[in-house]
Amino acid sequence: MAEVHLSKIVKRYGSLEVVHGIDLEVAHNEFVVLVGPSGCGKSTTLRMIAGLEEISDGELRIGDRVVNALPPRSRNISMVFQSYALYPHMTVRENLGFGLKISGMTPEDIKPRVEEAAGILGLEPFMERLPANLSGGQRQRVAMGRAIVRHPDVFLFDEPLSNLDAKLRGQMRVEIKKLHQRVKTTVIYVTHDQVEAMTLADRIVIMRDGYVEQVGTPTEVFERPVNTFVAGFIGSPPMNQLDGVVANGAAKLNDGTLVPLPEDIAATLFDGQKVVVGFRPDAFAPKGHSLHVEDRSIEVALPVIISEPLGTETIIFTEFGGKEVQAKMLDPRPLEDGETLTFTLDLERLHVFDGESGKSLRA
Amino acid sequence: MTSAMTIEKPWQRWLLRLTLFIAMMILVVPGAWVVMTAFRPNVEVMARPPIWIPQQWTLNNFLAIFGFLPDRQQGLPVPSYFINSLVISLTSTFVAILVGMMGGYAFARYRFKGKGALFLSFMLSRTVPGVALSLPLFILWSKIGLIDTKFGLILVYMAINIPFTIWLTDGFFRQIPADLSEAAQIDGCTRWQAFWKVEFPLARSGLASAGIFAFLTAWNEFALASQLTRTTASKTMPVGLMDFTAQFTVDWTGMSAMAVLIIIPALILTFIVQKHLIAGLTFGGVKG
Repeated sequence: MAEVHLSKIVKRYGSLEVVHGIDLEVAHNEFVVLVGPSGCGKSTTLRMIAGLEEISDGELRIGDRVVNALPPRSRNISMVFQSYALYPHMTVRENLGFGLKISGMTPEDIKPRVEEAAGILGLEPFMERLPANLSGGQRQRVAMGRAIVRHPDVFLFDEPLSNLDAKLRGQMRVEIKKLHQRVKTTVIYVTHDQVEAMTLADRIVIMRDGYVEQVGTPTEVFERPVNTFVAGFIGSPPMNQLDGVVANGAAKLNDGTLVPLPEDIAATLFDGQKVVVGFRPDAFAPKGHSLHVEDRSIEVALPVIISEPLGTETIIFTEFGGKEVQAKMLDPRPLEDGETLTFTLDLERLHVFDGESGKSLRA
Repeated sequence: MTSAMTIEKPWQRWLLRLTLFIAMMILVVPGAWVVMTAFRPNVEVMARPPIWIPQQWTLNNFLAIFGFLPDRQQGLPVPSYFINSLVISLTSTFVAILVGMMGGYAFARYRFKGKGALFLSFMLSRTVPGVALSLPLFILWSKIGLIDTKFGLILVYMAINIPFTIWLTDGFFRQIPADLSEAAQIDGCTRWQAFWKVEFPLARSGLASAGIFAFLTAWNEFALASQLTRTTASKTMPVGLMDFTAQFTVDWTGMSAMAVLIIIPALILTFIVQKHLIAGLTFGGVKG
């Protein structure tokens, strides 16, 4: 059993504080993804959990032990590095068995463990090769094998897929998910890629500037972002966000368009209050090409600036509310740039944020 | 680029060969002359016109310096010189590599105050010509009784070699990603084990080359050794070369034979260590 508890974890370099008192509970066997833009403190947090960075303040518990003062080797964790960090002078077999050998296991005990890990990851054909003679994906697998072979309490992944090309990244994402299904263990995974976060995580932790912005399941952070940052970070293409001013239960956008706000939210607002109206591209579509019920929507006629046909859907760039926005056209037909279309905006899936603080106004 | 580098015309090829030949002559002839002189009789040395290839190969010069030819000259204490050289060079190299490796590792891996300045001062110490140190060293060493001791010379060569070794090994450790040591620590190693099991084996080729540099510096050094040594207690092989100069004569063949004896161990060591100078071992462990 290994839950991980972070309580008011702080990281300072001299007088510079980069992680500001993070609280997080990771349940046994849970797959938690830390995600955020570069410099948000996610890797630093992971390295503190690993024991590679000292914790300046706060308490870190793995299982029922406080591990703040323990070196990495005593935490019973394993880690997959972005660079893989395979030992270049050891064969795949030696790389996999290194941790077990260090722990004092006999070669007879090491062999079945290494072979089990190699079997799970399909590494058997490469066991006697050096890392230099492996492809990127194979190295990635060896790095994961080295992590699972030790049967750790917690797996840590530090952007493990960012050195792979797009296709391989997709494959390895699936492999990591399968691996987690098979080798039930607590996982803390760091990435800057929100797609990886959405697809892999049981729960996502979105970080910015050393603070946790939101913790939730992929659906929660997608459907109910707590602020404009999360709304813009999660989802691809990102959520459209338009500035507006409250007027009679509607938001008046910069171009004068009135967008009716949900009644429960509107009741809490006063006229003249600044708000940000957010809607995802799939809640904004040309008439007849959407998923939403169109009688709960408003219609606007807008010109197509650019369209990106993706096969099953087309992303349309247009200008609305004084800003460039993206719309998603399902069941698409060929479009011409400059062509004017009637778009419908699904009012059921409108997000409203405070114009000053950026916080969600959802009750 | 390739077409510009391809030599097509025969005269160009010949010109290139000629240039290379002249360059090689400049590099090789003095050494070759010394080696050949070690195996020729004394009469050939001063011959006019010069005799390039010895017409009569002989080992007499070697026998003479070991004292096996009493009619020619007194033998020299070559075994003593050799042992002195070996002890002084190996000890100073060993210490220089040990200290230099730790220093280089510290510079490559740790952040500390005054790191840049310290590193620069190590480099600046290399800009002082060795001979400029000879008088201060002589005065200092004579005051503390280190003149004509092996320890005195070992100390000097350590001082010369440690900064350079630090500088070299810092570069080698820098090439080894810090991730590897971290991965080893997560795999269960202490910091020390991570160093010995992962970083040290990867830096071995670098340490080997640093070792050759340090050894050859100590083995071949003449200027300081000639000032700080007096007797067979500490005289090294290069200083022993001066034994062949008398007031009015120089025994060129004997000196050359001695020079060959100096070259051989250095050559053997370089060949042994050369095996370990395999570059590129660190590639492939990280990234694609």
